Amino acid sequence: MLELYNISFGVTAEDKQKEIIRDVTVRVPDGGLTVITGPNGGGKSTLARLIAGIEKPCSGKILFNGEDITEKSITERAKLGIAFAFQQPVRFKGIRVIDLLRIAAGGKLSVSGACDYLSSVGLCARDYIDREVNASLSGGELKRIEIATVLARGALVTVFDEPEAGIDLWSFQNLIEVFEGMRTSMRERSILIISHQERILNIADEIIVLKDGSVAAAGPKDEILPTLVGTSSAVKSCPRIDGAKGGEEA
Amino acid sequence: MKQLDEIQKRLLREVADLHEVPEGAYNIRSNSESAGRRSTANIEIASKTDVSGLEITIKPGTKRESVHIPVVLTESGLTEAVYNDFHVGEGADVVIVAGCGIDNCGNQDSRHDGIHRFWLGKGSHVRYVEKHYGSGDGAGKRILNPVTEVYMDEDSAMEMEMVQIKGVDDTVRTTKAELAAGASLVVRERLMTHGSQTAVSIYSVSLNGKGAAADVVSRSVARDESYQKFDAKIVGNAECRGHTECDAIIMDKGRILAVPGLEANNVDAALVHEAAIGKIAGDQLVKLMTLGLTAPEAEEQIINGFLK
Repeated sequence: MLELYNISFGVTAEDKQKEIIRDVTVRVPDGGLTVITGPNGGGKSTLARLIAGIEKPCSGKILFNGEDITEKSITERAKLGIAFAFQQPVRFKGIRVIDLLRIAAGGKLSVSGACDYLSSVGLCARDYIDREVNASLSGGELKRIEIATVLARGALVTVFDEPEAGIDLWSFQNLIEVFEGMRTSMRERSILIISHQERILNIADEIIVLKDGSVAAAGPKDEILPTLVGTSSAVKSCPRIDGAKGGEEA
Repeated sequence: MKQLDEIQKRLLREVADLHEVPEGAYNIRSNSESAGRRSTANIEIASKTDVSGLEITIKPGTKRESVHIPVVLTESGLTEAVYNDFHVGEGADVVIVAGCGIDNCGNQDSRHDGIHRFWLGKGSHVRYVEKHYGSGDGAGKRILNPVTEVYMDEDSAMEMEMVQIKGVDDTVRTTKAELAAGASLVVRERLMTHGSQTAVSIYSVSLNGKGAAADVVSRSVARDESYQKFDAKIVGNAECRGHTECDAIIMDKGRILAVPGLEANNVDAALVHEAAIGKIAGDQLVKLMTLGLTAPEAEEQIINGFLK
């Protein structure tokens, strides 16, 4: 169980203190898929970075399976079982897909093991395993590789920061299937997704709404989602395509 | 072959990946003396009579053979200049592995200046690998000043792999190439400097015939207080294609100067230069840390990949 208690975080810009997260308390239960949504600028991505340890809160406490990890580094949190998928996957010159998957898996990973992770994100391993994770890969390919590295972590909690950013609609549909597959295959593990896409909210078990840095609502999907449809907390990726399933663009 | 001591063997492994006597033709030079030599039916290695060095003649049509000519220096204070000439016959296809390892535990500078000249016959193909390595903790410097000259006849091709990753205090590498019609030259340089080392790489490539092509790419890392200069000039004198690229990471107080040089003397010369210098991107470090690496481990992975 991942628990955040009274987390606040701010930055100083142009000599002014700006509060991004205000006194946020949330619990991410073991197992299941939790989505954090909310309007742009509401602090969603910041909260994800606070969980991964990339940012440190000004106040509050983060507990992971009862252990206080507030002061722990990114590396320590990764080793405890928190994985983080970047909104903008990072490119590396000279580091191959297999190298990255091996680092993610903690060193030991056979080629066929690596192929399994790539196949599960819809990439033909043969074409990708020796490719460098550099600018020759498209945004969609990078995103899938990013997700494959996160799968290879086998983490207890996996945080996805706006996984739909930078990918086309076709890939987006496959992405949803990847998340559904993860939920089925990793029952005891938790998935935490930062997103305001209605189609991702649709597959959630729990939804947390973050607005102006505070929790505006939290609870089971069936309770929360109906209140969000038609707002900027549940947007459609494309009115023409999503519209066929009913509803208007927010 | 003469008996080599453990340090000499280690240097040989570093610069030529040699664990035993190599296959094919070879000459191993240790502390200014030949420690072993073998010519083959198609590749003749002879000593020069006027200056120190080798005259290496590869018969036309020689296929899939290799020449190893590593140099090791383990005596402090040794200074030498060696002239090696390679005559590659028409249509030959060979691998040439050179390289120099210096171990200097003494207080005097050790210096090896290798002047390598290549004449590539029509349609010949050479893959040339040159590695430099320095070790030893004496106060004496380890200095290498290689000069490479390449004269390429029509439709010949050469790939040069230049590697200097560790331990050389001072280097000025000068590479000059002249390409006739249809000839192609590919250079891949990998360089890492640390401490107070300096490394200067100067390339001057002339594309003199129709369809000549050159691609000179340097990837380098400057750490601590080291300094590097990459000065690559391509001259297009005919319908030709030329590309140079300097891609560098600076760390600590490292400094790098990249000097692009393109000279087009023909309206159909297509020449491109690219250069990028910067520190390791913060998000690269963070990404690898989220995969469980510590910051120093992440840095090592990034640099190893970059220089691979």
